[in-house]
Amino acid sequence: MTDNADFAIRARGLTKRFGPVTAVDHLDLNVPRSIIYGFLGPNGSGKTTAIRMLCGLLTPTEGDATVLGFDVPGDADALKPKIGYMTQKFSLYADLTVQENLDFIADIYTYPRNDKRARIETLLEKYNLLEQRRQFAGTMSGGQKQRLALACAVLNKPELLLLDEPTSAVDPKSRRDFWSELFSLADSGTTILVSTHYMDEAERCHRLAILDHGRKVADGSPAELQNSTGMSIVEVLAENPFAAQVELSKLPEVMSVTQLGVRLRALIPQAVANPLQLVDNLLSANAIPAQTKIVDASLEDVFVAVTQKGYAAEQAA
Amino acid sequence: MKSAIRLMAVMRKELRQLMRDRVTFAMIVGIPVMQMLMFGYAINTDVRNLAAAVADQSDSHLSRQFVADLGQTQVLDFQYSVDTAAELEELLRTGRISIGVLMPPDFDRRAIDSRRSAAHLLVDGVDPTIVGVANQIRNMPLYFDATAPVQNKVATFEIRPYFNPERRSAVFVIPGLIGIILTLTMMMFTAVSVVREREHGNLELLINTPVSTTQLMVGKVVPYIVIGLIQLALILAVGRLLFNIPVHGSIFELYIAALFFIAANLALGLFISTLVKTQFQAIQITIFILLPSILLTGFMFPFDGMPQIVQYLGEILPNTHFIRLTRGIMLRGANLGEMYQELIALGVFTSIALSAAIIRFSKRLD
Repeated sequence: MTDNADFAIRARGLTKRFGPVTAVDHLDLNVPRSIIYGFLGPNGSGKTTAIRMLCGLLTPTEGDATVLGFDVPGDADALKPKIGYMTQKFSLYADLTVQENLDFIADIYTYPRNDKRARIETLLEKYNLLEQRRQFAGTMSGGQKQRLALACAVLNKPELLLLDEPTSAVDPKSRRDFWSELFSLADSGTTILVSTHYMDEAERCHRLAILDHGRKVADGSPAELQNSTGMSIVEVLAENPFAAQVELSKLPEVMSVTQLGVRLRALIPQAVANPLQLVDNLLSANAIPAQTKIVDASLEDVFVAVTQKGYAAEQAA
Repeated sequence: MKSAIRLMAVMRKELRQLMRDRVTFAMIVGIPVMQMLMFGYAINTDVRNLAAAVADQSDSHLSRQFVADLGQTQVLDFQYSVDTAAELEELLRTGRISIGVLMPPDFDRRAIDSRRSAAHLLVDGVDPTIVGVANQIRNMPLYFDATAPVQNKVATFEIRPYFNPERRSAVFVIPGLIGIILTLTMMMFTAVSVVREREHGNLELLINTPVSTTQLMVGKVVPYIVIGLIQLALILAVGRLLFNIPVHGSIFELYIAALFFIAANLALGLFISTLVKTQFQAIQITIFILLPSILLTGFMFPFDGMPQIVQYLGEILPNTHFIRLTRGIMLRGANLGEMYQELIALGVFTSIALSAAIIRFSKRLD
C-alpha cells in the first residue's frame, strides 16, 4: 500500500474485548507522520489498550492496524527497533543507576558500539540527568524518572514514539519542559502518539482523538474540534454561582453546566436560536444578578459535548 | 553478533541486580550452610542414649548384671528405676522414656529356659528407629557368669558396611543434600527473577524492545549457573571441614553432573515463572515441588522401598537422578560413564522444561 508512507499509523475497526468488556471498540485511526497525536480520554477509556495493540503487545480481537508500514501484531518484531515506548508506570530498573539503565537499553537495541557512549552522554545532557548518572533510578523524583524513561525511549532514535500518560506523575514545570522536548522531537521528524487526560496537554497536540468507553467520539486538530462542537457556550459570571448553576441545570436546553471558580460555562446546542437571551431571562426571572456572554469552546467543552452525545445516544438506543 | 550483545546485556544487568540484592546474596551462602548444619547434625539414625527405665522385680545377681551390661552399650540411658510394669507404661505414655526393661520375679529361671523369653522390652513404637534399636537389644547375649562368657551361637551373617564403614548419617545425608539445596535456590531464584520483572513493570518495556525470548531467558539463567557451582563448592568445603565427607570419585565429574542438574532446575524455574503472576505464587510452587524432591527421591528413605507408582513419580524429579549421581561419585567412587542414564534423564528433563518455558513465555501481554 502506497498511502502507508503518508501515515505513521493506520487502524481500521481495531477492537479489543476482555471477556464481556470491550476496552477498544472499532477504532479507526490515521496518524500522519512527524506530528504529535493525542489520545484524550478519561481513565478506562481504552487509551492504554489501544497503544498496546499498536505496538503489538496485545492481539486485537477484531480489525487491523499498520504501524510504520508493518502489520501489527504480525510484523511486530520488525517494528520494535523503530518504535520507542514509554509505559504508564515507570518500567526501568530501580536498582540500576541512570547510566546503567541507558547502557542496558543501548545494548538491547544493539546501538552501534562506537557511538554508544556519545549517544548516552548527549541524552544525559539533553534530559538534564548528568548529575544523576550514578544515582539508582528508584531513588529519583517523578520528573527525573520521567526524563530517564523518555531518554531510554528515544535512545535508538525511533521513528514513532508511543507515550502512555507520560506526565501523570510530574509537576507542572517538568510537564512544560517535557512538552517542549516532544515538540523538538516532532520537529526532527519523529511521530509521537501521546495519551493524556489533561486538557491543556491535549491542546498542545497537532491532532487528537477523543476516546470514550473505547470508542473514538471525535478527532481532528484542537481548533477544528473547538469549532465543530455544535454548541454555544454561555459564560455566566454570577455572585452566587451555585444558585445560578441549580437554575441553569433545570433548563432542558442546557446540556451541561460546569463551574470554573466564579464562572459557569453552560453548553447549549446551536439549534437553540438565542442562547444568551435564554440564559439572561432565566437568571433575571430567578432574581440572580449575573453577567453573561458567548465565548469560544474550549477543549474541555468539546470533551463534555462529545462524551455527553455518546451518553445520550446510548440512552436513546 | 547482535544476539550476543543482547545476551551479554541481559546477563550483566542480572548480575548487577543480584549483587545489589543483599538478602538474595546472603541466601546464596546462608541456605547451604544452614541446611548442612541442620541436616548434618540433627539427622542421626545411629541412636544413642535413649531415655530408659528398668523394673527389676527379681533383683537377683544375674538381673543386676544384665542391667549393667545394657547400660554399658550406651544405647540405653537408665534414668528411672521402678517396681511395676504399670509404672513403666506410665513413663512411656508420658514420653519420659523410650524403652522400658521389665524383668519378672522369675527372671533367673526364665533365663535358662530356652522356650521363654527372660525379660520384656516395653518400646515406644511410634518411632520406627526406636523399634529398630529394640530389635538390636533383643539379641543381646545373657552372661550367667561375667568372668566366663558362654559360647553363644555365631550369627548367620556378618555385616560389612561398604562405603560408609562408620555408618555416619552425615555421610549419607550430605551428598543428597546438595540436590536439595540446589533445587531450592536455583528454582526459586530464577522463578522469582522473571516474575519480579513482570511485577515491577520492567517486562512491558522489555518485550517492546528487539530482545528475543531466548536471549532474555538464557541471559537470565546463566548467572545462576555460576552461583549454583559456587554453592556446590561451598557445600563440599563445609562437608569436608565439619563432617569429613569424602569425595571418592572425580570432583570434575561431580561438577559436570551438577551442571546438568542446575540446568534442569533453572529450566523448571523459568517454566514456573511463566505460570504465575506474583513472586509469592512463584515461591509457593517452588515449595510445592521441593517437598517431593525431599521425600520421593531417595534422599530420606530408600527409593526401592516406595510403592511402584511413587517410584515412577520419583523418576520424573531431577533430584532423584542427581542424588544417585552424587552418592555414586562421592561415596562409591563411581564414574559418570557408569551412570550415563542419569545424565540422559536430566538432559531430557531440561530440554522439555526449557521448551515449555520458551513456548509459554509470550512477547505479548494477552
